[in-house]
Amino acid sequence: MTSSQLRVVIVDDHVMVRSGVRHEIGEHVDIVGEAGDGIEAVQVILATRPDVVLLDVHLPGADGAAVISTCAAQVPETRFLALSVSDAPEDVVAVVRSGARGYVTKNITGPQLLEAITRVAEGDAVFSPRLAGFVLDTFAGAPAANDEELDRLTPRELEVMRLIARGYTYREAASALFLSVKTIETHVSAVLRKLQLSDRHELTRWASARRLI
Amino acid sequence: MRNRPSDGNTRVVSTVPQAPRVARPLSGRIIAGVARGLAEHLNLPVWLVRLAFVVLTLAGGLGIVLYGAFWVVLPQSVDAVESSNPADADAGDQTDLSAMRLLSVVALGAGALLLLAALGVDVWNGSLLPALLAIGGAVLVWQQADADQRAQWSASATRVARQGAGSAAGVGRWRIITGIALVVVGLLGILVNRAGPAAALQALATAVLLVGGVALVVFPWIYRKWRDQAEQRRQFIRSQERADVAAHVHDSVLQTLTLIQRNASDPAEVARLARAEERALRSWLYAPTGDPMRTFAARLQSDAAEVEQAYAATLDVVIVGDIEIDKEIAVLLAATREAMVNAARHGGGTAAVYAEVGEGSVEVFVRDRGPGFDLSAIPSDRHGIRESIIGRMERNGGSAEVVSRVGAGTEIRLSMPSRTGEAA
Repeated sequence: MTSSQLRVVIVDDHVMVRSGVRHEIGEHVDIVGEAGDGIEAVQVILATRPDVVLLDVHLPGADGAAVISTCAAQVPETRFLALSVSDAPEDVVAVVRSGARGYVTKNITGPQLLEAITRVAEGDAVFSPRLAGFVLDTFAGAPAANDEELDRLTPRELEVMRLIARGYTYREAASALFLSVKTIETHVSAVLRKLQLSDRHELTRWASARRLI
Repeated sequence: MRNRPSDGNTRVVSTVPQAPRVARPLSGRIIAGVARGLAEHLNLPVWLVRLAFVVLTLAGGLGIVLYGAFWVVLPQSVDAVESSNPADADAGDQTDLSAMRLLSVVALGAGALLLLAALGVDVWNGSLLPALLAIGGAVLVWQQADADQRAQWSASATRVARQGAGSAAGVGRWRIITGIALVVVGLLGILVNRAGPAAALQALATAVLLVGGVALVVFPWIYRKWRDQAEQRRQFIRSQERADVAAHVHDSVLQTLTLIQRNASDPAEVARLARAEERALRSWLYAPTGDPMRTFAARLQSDAAEVEQAYAATLDVVIVGDIEIDKEIAVLLAATREAMVNAARHGGGTAAVYAEVGEGSVEVFVRDRGPGFDLSAIPSDRHGIRESIIGRMERNGGSAEVVSRVGAGTEIRLSMPSRTGEAA
């Protein structure tokens, strides 16, 4: 184990999932802690101050969104990546709006997960095809009542989101649009910021349904 | 899960014993069903019992007192609520029928008054009219109590009936207010009649003070009771939902686990079973969005599920927006299905399907990470992609494009103009 390895904490209430993830990525990152519920997660994260936290959305005690909002201020250098089986929009909105840098579903392969962790650790955003589709769904259609910059996607951001929804990797999206991977990452981060801060009424509705506002 | 219509299992089982017991039936009642209930119990014709009540009433008001006592003591019969549609029963009961009945009772009462007046009884000056007002008010309030009880039964029997409850509650509140007002006015009338206006006012003030004082004392207790009851009902509904989930897990997941154990030596079959179960459970948990026969998104989801089943592949489906299925969309769906089959067979086991209902067109992208192929190298007489996808789309005004490079997977892009297309 070298010091350059990323320090990762896995939070999931299913032991099987934790050991599965450990088995898949354990060789390439330094797993410094595990937690099975929200309360334990907060303790472990504050004690170990990891680079990346892999976080399940639904947890006994306190859910993923609550864990992030509790810890985020005290461990500003830690990034959160949501890892969930749930497709429900309110789960996605909840965890992303509370500060997760990405959202991937549990059917992701080991190498893909590793890439996502690396990307999140570098401060970039990670979108699964499903999250990209969700963003398109939310930001499409009628313009928001309060049509500020935050409530719209630029044409470029829309293109990037469409390619990710179609299953393109960042690299593939970059070559399809004749852009650099770095530019794609910038666009995705911008979309993430809009998703976290936008006032669009769909987002507000889902967020208020989960008492996030 | 929240809006799922309840099935047979969630019906509340009646706790009323089957032994014959005096009860107030819901059908064939005029005021509260007391007379009919008694008649059924005593095996007498209803009119006889009703006549007895009327005669007893005329003989010094005993009938009214008896009727009221029976109303309080006898329960409503439950069976009628279970068998009839609760929404119908409530709506009909609370608007037309009950108003008609009330009107007929009022008319009968007025007739009786006129008769008494004709017989020389001093109706207008005495306490009779206010007393009748008060009794009428009490009947209104008591009837509402019955209706509330029925609404509660039907609300717990079928959770769907909640929507109608709002307006019914509004009507109910007005009935209670009117009833109480009638009672107060009636009693005041008696007081004014007996003791004069000044004394009546004093009595009213005393009564208000007294009622206020009592209310102040018992309020916390009643409020706590009410809160406890609401909490109990919430927990009951939650436990019902949990029971639903448990039953489903029992049926389907355990079944699949058994099958997986039996096929443990066949990895492909195990993967297929697990994936099918995941899909079923997912669509069950995150409620399906539409009817697969009518809407594009639901149909695409169910097609994808079938293709996954048939070819033991994993299709990641992302859909943005939705649209009703018309002739062109049906063609697009058929072509999409072919594309998904192609990806499932040759795409190395996983593929991404993305569909977007935009303004003016519907686009579908099916992308796999298989070995890829050179489209021009496929003989033109071979059906498959060329005919079933490209030809089909172009004949119906759409377009199809196949992008494939050896070693870099394949993407099939379909686009169909739509008239009604709009992002959801």
